[in-house]
Amino acid sequence: MSRRILVGCKRVIDYAVKIRVKPDKTGVVTEGVKHSMNPFDEIALEEAIRLKEKKIASEIVVVSCGPSQCQETLRTALAMGADRGIHVEVPNPEYEGLQPLAVARILQRLSEREKIDIVILGKQAIDDDCNQTGQILSGMLDWPIGTFVSKVEVEGERINLTREIDGGLEEISVGIPCVITADLRLNEPRYATLPNIMKAKKKKLDVCKPGDLGVDITPRLIVVSVEEPPVREAGVKVEDAQSLFDVLKKEGHFN
Amino acid sequence: MLSRLAPIRRLLTTNIRTQTYLYSTSLSPAPGFYTEQHHQMSEMLNKIIERDINPFVKEWEKKGIFPAKEVFKNLGNHGLLGVTKPTENGGLGLDFSYSVAIAETLGNVKNGGVPMAIGVQTDMATPALAKHGNEQLKKEFLEPSIRGDYVACIGVSEPGAGSDVAGIKTTAREKGSDFVITGGKMWITSGTQADWMCCLAITEPGEKNPYKNKSLICLPMNTKGIHIEKKITKIGNNSSDTALIHFDDVIVPQANVIGERGKGFYYQMMQFQEERLWGSTNVLKAMECIISETADYCNQRKAFGRPILANQVVQFKLCELQTEIEALRSLVYRATKEYISGNDVTRLATMAKLKAGPLSRRVADSCLQYWGGMGYTDEVEVSRLYLDVRLLSIGAGADEVMMQILAKMNRWPDTYPM
Ligand SMILES: Cc1cc2nc3c(=O)[nH]c(=O)nc-3n(C[C@H](O)[C@H](O)[C@H](O)COP(=O)(O)OP(=O)(O)OC[C@H]3O[C@@H](n4cnc5c(N)ncnc54)[C@H](O)[C@@H]3O)c2cc1C
Repeated sequence: MSRRILVGCKRVIDYAVKIRVKPDKTGVVTEGVKHSMNPFDEIALEEAIRLKEKKIASEIVVVSCGPSQCQETLRTALAMGADRGIHVEVPNPEYEGLQPLAVARILQRLSEREKIDIVILGKQAIDDDCNQTGQILSGMLDWPIGTFVSKVEVEGERINLTREIDGGLEEISVGIPCVITADLRLNEPRYATLPNIMKAKKKKLDVCKPGDLGVDITPRLIVVSVEEPPVREAGVKVEDAQSLFDVLKKEGHFN
Repeated sequence: MLSRLAPIRRLLTTNIRTQTYLYSTSLSPAPGFYTEQHHQMSEMLNKIIERDINPFVKEWEKKGIFPAKEVFKNLGNHGLLGVTKPTENGGLGLDFSYSVAIAETLGNVKNGGVPMAIGVQTDMATPALAKHGNEQLKKEFLEPSIRGDYVACIGVSEPGAGSDVAGIKTTAREKGSDFVITGGKMWITSGTQADWMCCLAITEPGEKNPYKNKSLICLPMNTKGIHIEKKITKIGNNSSDTALIHFDDVIVPQANVIGERGKGFYYQMMQFQEERLWGSTNVLKAMECIISETADYCNQRKAFGRPILANQVVQFKLCELQTEIEALRSLVYRATKEYISGNDVTRLATMAKLKAGPLSRRVADSCLQYWGGMGYTDEVEVSRLYLDVRLLSIGAGADEVMMQILAKMNRWPDTYPM
């Protein structure tokens, strides 16, 4: 099957980094901070690689929108097993205002241009936690979508998906082409091996601009202020269950 | 699966690791020395360390051994055990800076024993075989070591000779097309679980020059007559097993000699260059991490109404040590660059080792001091590091041996009859 998969690989602040809000409250500090591929995108890519290994797909195209360092993220994706990369260059400070609507539009144009059959994205990025891009993209392309997917099984021209929903799992079947967004339990992504890291150096990585794709990325949302979460207040120790009950009662937690 | 979820769960709740005091598990950018590929490799290795090594080191320390086969297979699968080895043998044919990047990254392992055993496998027991061994030997011993199927050990030191490598007594006598080896080796890292030893032995008993009568021999450890006398109990590097080994008429084909007969001492001296650079690089991150942890601790711990870190003497000491660590880093990078371009770096590698040993002891000792009583318990990293790094001034040639080498290179007069 010569199906082509597009995978989004966002460069985000590494999960282990302690996030700090900028003094002017316009966002979080990104300079000099370790970045890596969005963990949910790693899961999306892993699933694409497995589909390729099962010969269900023939090519994996990875895309990242943002400043030049996104190429490092794409190289990691290429080392994991993607075939080629597209860097949609959005330098700072425009990048700080890049929103799901614009990213979805970029992915739509790329899906059409590259003749993509399946788009796999992370369910959300761990920086802004938007959880919108996949859904908007499916609307723009008018393709079916499975969000929060924890299992993918391809059967001919249809894909059976298991979705993680409130209170359980839902099984749906979608036709190809389609959009899938990956949840945490879909798979455990592999680490790139050193031979593949070296080979990735030679894989193709194209660079383009949103304008080249006819996409206007002017932000539609205005960030008013970014705040630190409230600091947790110290608790109190109580002697026994009775005093715990008394305290809770006094505070009005029991009638 | 759980292990995969753990980091993300962490992220969904609170942030744990603070990024104070410029410490990061990532390599420094070092443009012109490290490339994007070095950094990618290092990040991949960091993930393996975080998932498959660090959660288990306490358990291994207690046991006095770590599962080398399992850990090496994992590393081998990711291509990390043969970065500088020939591609024909399953290696990647990259230059020594990749070994240095691995050594530096392995400094993030929360003990000294596991990195040491990995270093023995990749940069101490195998360089001579890779450079001078014939294809047959490489097939039999090098290739499985690169894949992570074999554990290698290096047998140089003996009960009767450590610093004085030329003075070893283990002898391989010809018998038909074989050698019969008698003698023994001591302090052998991974010795109780190794599959083969790169063994230095006298093969030319008639040759009086001690620098010309030895050979390096690939010795399968399941050969009859090899006795693991004991696993030595140590004060540090406890997850690494260290063996005392006895050879009782061990028969091995003469074809197992690496390169030319009689050149073993010379090959071993070359092998020491990589070993010393590796060891000096490996300690960098561990030192930086402990300084960062010490600063964090001293920032929280109060005495006389203010954080201990608010004492200038503490800040100054830690800054001074950080400076020396960076100086050592520059020295190993420079030595590595010269080594890659084909120069003999005996002098620089020796200097690096001579700097790394005493500096790591000073860092561990200074930091331990600022932890007070806590530093004297076995519950904190600093006491473990204190005991682990003590080895660096002894193993792979003691500090005094380094100075002896440097003095000799100055062509100063012998200080006593040799
Ligand atoms: C944990 C551990 C792991 C090891 N792993 C291995 C291994 O895998 N393979 C291997 O072959 N060896 C290994 N070694 C051995 C190590 O290389 C030797 O311990 C080291 O070379 C020192 O030799 P020695 O212990 O015999 O000390 P000695 O030679 O007895 O020297 C004792 C001390 O005398 C002093 N000294 C020696 N020579 C001079 C001099 N010329 N001038 C002034 N002072 C001097 C030094 O302070 C030295 O520390 C290991 C050792 C340890 C502790």
